[in-house]
Amino acid sequence: MYFLRRLATLVPLLLVISFLAFVLVRVAPGGPFDRERQPASPEIKRALEAKFHLDEPLWKQYLRYLGGLVRGDFGPSLKYRNHSVADLIKQGLPVSMLLGMMAFGFAMGVGIPVGYFTAVRRGHWEDYSGSFFAILMVCIPGFVIAPLLIMFFAIQWRLLPVALWGSPLHAVLPVAALGLYFSGRIARLMREGMLNTMQAEFITAARAKGLGENALMLKHAFRIAVLPVVSYSGPLLADLLVGSFVIETIFQIPGLGVFMVNGSLNRDYTLVVGLVVLYATLLVVLNLIVDFAYTLLDPRVRYD
Amino acid sequence: MLTSCVQREPPADVTVINGTEPESLDPHIVTGIPEMRLTKALFDGLVKLDPREARPIPALAERWDISPDGRVYTFHLRTNAVWSTGEPITTADVVWSWFRALNPATAGDYAGQLFYIKGAEDWYNGKAKDPSQVGIQALDDHTLRVELNAPLAFFPDLCAFPTLAVVPRAVIEKHGDRWLHAQPLPTSGAFTLGAWRVNDKVRLLRNPRYWDDADTASEIIDVLPTGSPNTSLNLYETGVADVVWDKDLVPAELIDVLKQRPDFHTFDYLGTYFYRFNVTRPPYHDARVRLAFAMVTDKSRITTKLTKGGEKPATHFVPDGVANYEAPHGPSFDLEQARRLLAEAGYPGGKGFPRTTYTFASGSAGGARMHGKIAVELQQMWREALGVEVELRQIERKIFYSSQSRLEYDISASSWIGDYNDANTFLDLFTSFSGNNRTGWKHARYDELIRQANLETDLTKRAGLFREAELILITGEAPIVPLYFYAGFSYYHPERVGGIWPNILDEHPLQYIHRKRPKSEARSPKKIRDVNSGLSFRLKAQSDSCGRIWLPTDFGFRISFGSRHAEFGFNSFELDADTFH
Repeated sequence: MYFLRRLATLVPLLLVISFLAFVLVRVAPGGPFDRERQPASPEIKRALEAKFHLDEPLWKQYLRYLGGLVRGDFGPSLKYRNHSVADLIKQGLPVSMLLGMMAFGFAMGVGIPVGYFTAVRRGHWEDYSGSFFAILMVCIPGFVIAPLLIMFFAIQWRLLPVALWGSPLHAVLPVAALGLYFSGRIARLMREGMLNTMQAEFITAARAKGLGENALMLKHAFRIAVLPVVSYSGPLLADLLVGSFVIETIFQIPGLGVFMVNGSLNRDYTLVVGLVVLYATLLVVLNLIVDFAYTLLDPRVRYD
Repeated sequence: MLTSCVQREPPADVTVINGTEPESLDPHIVTGIPEMRLTKALFDGLVKLDPREARPIPALAERWDISPDGRVYTFHLRTNAVWSTGEPITTADVVWSWFRALNPATAGDYAGQLFYIKGAEDWYNGKAKDPSQVGIQALDDHTLRVELNAPLAFFPDLCAFPTLAVVPRAVIEKHGDRWLHAQPLPTSGAFTLGAWRVNDKVRLLRNPRYWDDADTASEIIDVLPTGSPNTSLNLYETGVADVVWDKDLVPAELIDVLKQRPDFHTFDYLGTYFYRFNVTRPPYHDARVRLAFAMVTDKSRITTKLTKGGEKPATHFVPDGVANYEAPHGPSFDLEQARRLLAEAGYPGGKGFPRTTYTFASGSAGGARMHGKIAVELQQMWREALGVEVELRQIERKIFYSSQSRLEYDISASSWIGDYNDANTFLDLFTSFSGNNRTGWKHARYDELIRQANLETDLTKRAGLFREAELILITGEAPIVPLYFYAGFSYYHPERVGGIWPNILDEHPLQYIHRKRPKSEARSPKKIRDVNSGLSFRLKAQSDSCGRIWLPTDFGFRISFGSRHAEFGFNSFELDADTFH
């Protein structure tokens, strides 16, 4: 019931979000057809605006947009004139999702073990080197990591392609560049979670019962310690799935990330609103999944 | 996506990095240079530009007659011109295409390129209702009569412009704005559209039905959209791309190094970087102030210290090398005169000069970063020479253009790239009725001179009128101050890629571009060591986007054993990348 109710709030939420996006992007000064060269006559510019109904009052434009949205039509892109916004999402989303999923897997696969072992081996060299790695990754942004990876792996040693998207080999560097930062954050969350849990009373109780240390850590402590990571993973996944502007630009990957930023810069109104709606839906649905995962992991959490 | 490689894509003959993702491939809609390079490969007009000098040569029209008064052009279409799907291209296609470009519903920025035709502007604005009032008339299937408002020296150049290209009626009527996704897509140019994946690539396939197919030099050309100068250079350096040709795709930090290389080409380009004054606001409403600024702007300091790519300092507005024209000399650097003019205007030594701002657009691409550097340099020049403090203001691109149009600035960075090789494409900007004037400057004599020049059929007299107008623009009134003429840049190895000739329009039809040696040579060989035999394979192969490795036709690999080696030749065959792991 609880989850159905949450799902039902999605509709009014999306209405509010789409309306805000729709208005805010139009409030920004400058329009989609402000370019270096203006058309030869003002009539031409008027025709451009009329074509995309930008000459109508705002409420009418919004209703027209909603009418399209109900039918799954995100409208035409104002910048990429031969594509509809749905075309662009259809082409970009699978690429961004694939890249995002792999980066997510990478971040989890690296971050969770590192966080776990640094906590379990607290005060030993494993802790220091693991924590150093985690902090380093959090501190170096993607636009530094990516060129460094390219320089060594693609240019110096010629092991991997410098850019583009196509073969599995093409994915290695962007996945690493995108995932490393998050693996650092996850490692730190995981370490904190483990350290807190290891001091919890139920762990002391279990230890007193004579449980082996490994079973204690993996079976009992881990389940609770991983909760902060799980709650972080919802927004993280939503973030990763819609693509990364920096990584997609550097590696020339045909994903959605570039559209989000360039769409706003180009005042491609329909594209921006379409992406905001998409992103909001993903975020809400993924958060819902995260809350659901809580009930599986933590026996103390119940929703009615 | 990774798994989308279901059907195998053969490697391209030539891979070109062309600038950012095309906004459109519809020739009647495109506005950018990267887009136009692509639409010209897909859709021919009556005329095209020759690859060497970029002068107009016959395309769909095999010849044309011009009436003695220069107002009526009669085009004779070639009878062997057909769509890539086989139907003949007739005057009906041309007339329909031009009327489509003139339809407000098509909403092309460049519809104005057709307003030189009699009645066309009235038709666009809905004032003329009868198509016969427009000077576009098919006399028969292969003869087209075009009547102009005035004799137009550059009309053949204009006929090569994408807005006047011939597009397929049936497909457009059926599919609307998404017509370029139609299968099959009939094209009138040297190539057909093999694939168009956003931010991935545009693949052009040779159109064997093209009337000039004999001159098409490549079977497949891949055009990659890349916005990042560094990524472009990386792709070029590792042999993925053969040609990089956009002036914004050269990393500004590396230009000193790149300039030394034999595969880096720089040439004069039909574009001018300048700054505009808003003449509706004091103190720049006073021509003496504007001239004072112009006289202390040291242009060579900008080209030698900042841009460094072979750009030439500009004392006038119309670039050198434009056809049938030689520009006058503008004011030269003159400190004394500048200070005197400023004092006359009421600001001796810069005293009492109001605080004003110089605005420029933000941007991170190679060329755009230059705006900021130039702004700082100009600010310093004005401070040193005139004692005037001008603030700098960087604003986002779209806001920049909109505030420029609405005259919400004091001084503004600007640039202009010529549409066709004629002085008019620069000088008509500052007529009082041009939407691109954006200075608030109106000058009746200037307007009159430009109007007269465009009525003049004698090229020498025409040039004289233009020169007089330009003198008013740069030395008399100075609503603008030219800084430098652009240089075009590209990289490609002349021994590997042929069919590219430098010219002032940076016009390099894809039709002529081809590879001279197999691509494998360009790639650094991949060394694979067979542990058992100690044989070292140097595989000179290329891999396609699916990670499959190709050995191109009549090429093989070389086995080296110590210092000896043997070469093996193969016909084209394919190995899976997996074989090597």
